Amino acid sequence: MKTVLSLENVHKSFKVGFIPKKKEILKGISFSVGEGEIFGYLGPNGAGKTTTLKCVLGLIFPDRGKIEIFGRPHLEPKAKERLGFLPENPYFYDYLTAREFLDFYAQLFRIDKNEREARIASLLKLVGIEKARDLQLRKFSRGMLQRIGLAQALINEPSLILLDEPLGGLDPLGRKEIRDIIIRLKGEGRTVFLCSHILQDIEMICDRVAIIIGGKILSQGPLTDLISERILFTEITLSGLDPKELAGLGESLSAQGGRTLIKVFREDKVQEILDLVKNRNAKIHSLIPRTQTLEDLFVEMVKSQ
Amino acid sequence: MTIQTIALNTFKEAVRDRILYLLLFFAALSIIVSRILALLTVGDRVKIIKDVGLASISLFGALMAILIGTGLVYKEIEKRTIFTLISKPMRRHEFLLGKFFGLVLTLLVMLLLMSVIFLALVFFHTYTVEWKLLLAVLYIFIELILITAVAILFSSFSTPILSSLFSLCFYLIGHFSWSLETLIKKIPAGLFKVLAEIVYTVLPDLENFNYKTEVVHGLHIPAQALLYSAAYGIVYTVFIMALAVLVFRRRDFI
Repeated sequence: MKTVLSLENVHKSFKVGFIPKKKEILKGISFSVGEGEIFGYLGPNGAGKTTTLKCVLGLIFPDRGKIEIFGRPHLEPKAKERLGFLPENPYFYDYLTAREFLDFYAQLFRIDKNEREARIASLLKLVGIEKARDLQLRKFSRGMLQRIGLAQALINEPSLILLDEPLGGLDPLGRKEIRDIIIRLKGEGRTVFLCSHILQDIEMICDRVAIIIGGKILSQGPLTDLISERILFTEITLSGLDPKELAGLGESLSAQGGRTLIKVFREDKVQEILDLVKNRNAKIHSLIPRTQTLEDLFVEMVKSQ
Repeated sequence: MTIQTIALNTFKEAVRDRILYLLLFFAALSIIVSRILALLTVGDRVKIIKDVGLASISLFGALMAILIGTGLVYKEIEKRTIFTLISKPMRRHEFLLGKFFGLVLTLLVMLLLMSVIFLALVFFHTYTVEWKLLLAVLYIFIELILITAVAILFSSFSTPILSSLFSLCFYLIGHFSWSLETLIKKIPAGLFKVLAEIVYTVLPDLENFNYKTEVVHGLHIPAQALLYSAAYGIVYTVFIMALAVLVFRRRDFI
């Protein structure tokens, strides 16, 4: 697999306070993103996700370390030609209309006029705001700004797309739409690098992830390697049984309106409960086996720090 | 090409900014009010109109350059619009130069508008279009280019309010530094004279661009003086912009 983005031992510190004190934000970040994959860059707030992105984009300069985009030094304009970027909480020129805004960015890539018009029309359609074509961005809602932000990131048909919290500020339907677009981009052979702390979404679409906590990458690799498929526990909701009879089989979480929610840690105990239910003519309402999620792994890691 | 794209967008930004029209309104008002001043004057009334008109164009032009110029770069950083811009294939100096030329273009258009009002008012009194007044406006334009560069320099590392103050100081100092020249002539040779000469050389002398009196009174202006003034403006502007690029090039956008 060809590498499209690589970081090698990147360090960055800022001077903060009245009497400047060095605060290290990135403590030696290294990872590489392969062509055609969706790479999730995860971490709690303040871990250094956005700082890493800013280093890659040349908005800030790392103290040391090497960054390459498509095998070129990252500050070269040529390296940025096939790059798309959506910042977190995008805020754009509010005096421009959606069409003017996209046109301005397209011009920066020296795309000719006819091609610009065609791309703008199809992008506005893709992100679902074609009706707002001639509306000034100051009248856009938060979700619409996120959408136009994604459109501008795709204006140059980039091979590598960097998204900082692309699902922030969107309603569930909007989140699904953007997720579909990201999957579609991967289908077109593009590479997507996305920073997020909304883990369910990442879990659904990412091929590989890196987890950054406190300026260091603690874990990285394919999602299936990081989280085990082992069943952690099973949650069962049932009715028609006295909660006392269930004591010893599992941890009773709640008993309301005749229904009992019980958390069972061993598989043989699950079987025992099922037998009991059958014998007593009781009723099962739900039975959910829980495997480890990215969130569990994440919480574990943050706690251990 | 990149510079041109950013310049045109900056122009769009400036002409959609309400503050520009506020200033233009007051400039027009000031030019027209000179008519009333003229009524109160004994002697050549048209000269008063010309004097006040040119002074208004100069002052309001400078205010436009300072008030818009100081916000241009700062706002991009503050509102984080610069994040998406710098991540496009461009060098940082192209961004800064684009902003500069965009504002210069805006000022040119505004000066033309003010000049039209001004020439029309003069026309109602003399029944001739006095094109030679535009020579004074041309040098006001060169002065405004320099002030724009200064405003952008301050804007690339400071907040709009501070930058406006600094730029206003530059403007005021620039218009009074000629008195140092008089001082140098009056004081005896010595350490103080050398100091005064150094300070005078470093400080901008914006009176170099002031041809208002000569134009209004129809005095002869030597070509050499015009050439010198233009060269002074260009060299000073290039110097300030180079400084701005230097500051901007290694800046972290947090």
